Amino acid sequence: MNGFRCLPLVLVLLMLSVDAFAVKRDYGLVPQQVAPGTYVLLGFNEHFNFRNGGNIVNTGFIVTDAGVVVIDTGPSRLYGEQMREAIAKVTDQPVVKVFNTHLHPDHFLGNQAFEDLPEAALAGTIEGIRQNGEMFNESLYRLCGPWEAGTRVVVPGLVVTPGVEEVGGHRLRLIGYDGHTDADLAILDETTGVLFAGDLVFHGRAPTTPHADIGRWLASLDALAGLSFSVLVPGHGAVSTNDDPIRQTRDYLVWLRDGLKRGAEQGSDMAELLSPREPPASIRRLAVFAAEYQRSVAHLFPAFERAAIERGRVVQELD
Amino acid sequence: MRYLPDKPVAWFVLLVLLPGQSLLAAAGPEDPLGSFMWAEMHARLLRGEPVVFDDRVRVLMPAEAEDSMNVPVLVDATALADVERILVFAELNPIHKVLEMRPHRAAARIGFRLKVQQATPVRAAVLARDGTWHVGGSIVDAAGGGCTAPSIGSANPDWASRLGEVAARTWPREDGVRLRMRVMHPMDTGLVAGIPAFYIEELELRDAAGELATELWLYEPVAENPVLTLDLPGSGRFTVSGRDNNGNPVLAEVLGGEAGGGAR
Ligand SMILES: [Zn+2]
Repeated sequence: MNGFRCLPLVLVLLMLSVDAFAVKRDYGLVPQQVAPGTYVLLGFNEHFNFRNGGNIVNTGFIVTDAGVVVIDTGPSRLYGEQMREAIAKVTDQPVVKVFNTHLHPDHFLGNQAFEDLPEAALAGTIEGIRQNGEMFNESLYRLCGPWEAGTRVVVPGLVVTPGVEEVGGHRLRLIGYDGHTDADLAILDETTGVLFAGDLVFHGRAPTTPHADIGRWLASLDALAGLSFSVLVPGHGAVSTNDDPIRQTRDYLVWLRDGLKRGAEQGSDMAELLSPREPPASIRRLAVFAAEYQRSVAHLFPAFERAAIERGRVVQELD
Repeated sequence: MRYLPDKPVAWFVLLVLLPGQSLLAAAGPEDPLGSFMWAEMHARLLRGEPVVFDDRVRVLMPAEAEDSMNVPVLVDATALADVERILVFAELNPIHKVLEMRPHRAAARIGFRLKVQQATPVRAAVLARDGTWHVGGSIVDAAGGGCTAPSIGSANPDWASRLGEVAARTWPREDGVRLRMRVMHPMDTGLVAGIPAFYIEELELRDAAGELATELWLYEPVAENPVLTLDLPGSGRFTVSGRDNNGNPVLAEVLGGEAGGGAR
């Protein structure tokens, strides 16, 4: 062993020791009560990373006389297991049913921890998880590392039929919307007035758009705003007692759509739009705004661009 | 001990990647992006000719590729005088060369989209009349797979009927027009089993008087159905002509402006 090789060896040993002596990974999930029997586990307003282990999402549960209903299961098997432990600290009631609001991996990759129970989602969500679940699982492993160890995709087996479902004295209105994805489930507990909006609503954090249809999303937000609720649980960000998060999400989506469309209609190149033009302060201060905005350019600009360019005048003979 | 490299080459990579270590500094200025492939790119693509790293050559790109099949890139060398050639390359892509441009009468600026296989520097080397390559660049992070995924078009049975189809629109700008143009083409890299390389190789634009406005050479890493942004002299009438590597022609007359909006 000469000095030339010494430094890399130290690094390698360091890497090994981090792996070997890692403490138990703890999401530190603490249920916050938002209404009688109703709890939310708040995630960080961040991107997936190795520190948060994917805990960037809000999950929730409702304790009823007939057992506990879980709404979304988090980003990993570990999260699902720790969520189940956290529920057991709040109530002796067993978990009896799980809902996934939509197909994004931070909302369903904890399903494995509830595999013994009925897990339900809208038909479009089930199909989407079946098609893309493995890809999502791989990408979260890359983004969150060891927190995802042992996570397997569990496709919900039960199709949600929109309408009212009564569980242990709670009237749960299951509503099928779309726009954030092709199928977005919102759950309004008419007994307590708590609305679980899933990712149709973001609060204090820039919305994500990888599967979005902005027009349909806006229509869904209008419908949500018309519901009568007293507590609003967004998919990401703080719980609210009014409809501010709905308005905030709407304002962002309108600003995003209009800016990208204007850029396309003015002949801007996609790369020229990567830095937004003068976003209003209310939008600029949303958590992870700059990064989400750039991702949204990739998701949404190509369609506006296609529409703009195809209106140009070209004469061509094709064989 | 699975992390312990046992081959000399692995030790070499480890050492070269360590920040602050430059055991094998290449001749010429130090690469601001710190890429271990730079020296090879300099030798192979620029034949070891004189280079300077120059902030006036801008490569505008996202820090992270959301879609590795479609990474937007804008190269802008308009701050340099007398640009003769622009060569764009992505040095950690399996195919390095992306695009070449001889601006002629166009602004030394081009927008396009790129397929990336993994995180890579994307560089623009700009040959000015001083005989020096002025090099700018930035790094894009990517989950990868953009070069070894089949094009969407090649999986679509009717792509052949639209091969070479041009859509283009112009917008008036201060001293000419902004042209945005899309050419339908799979731009297959040849890195997917069973799908040979199939891509547009050459495009040129001539103005209404038949005078050459700009010349482009594309390579496999340009994204499927290339969308190009160019700033050109004139009022918006151009002939686009070129061909792909199988000899299929691209030929269209751009009339300028917008349908129903007048030619401007
Ligand atoms: Zn989502």
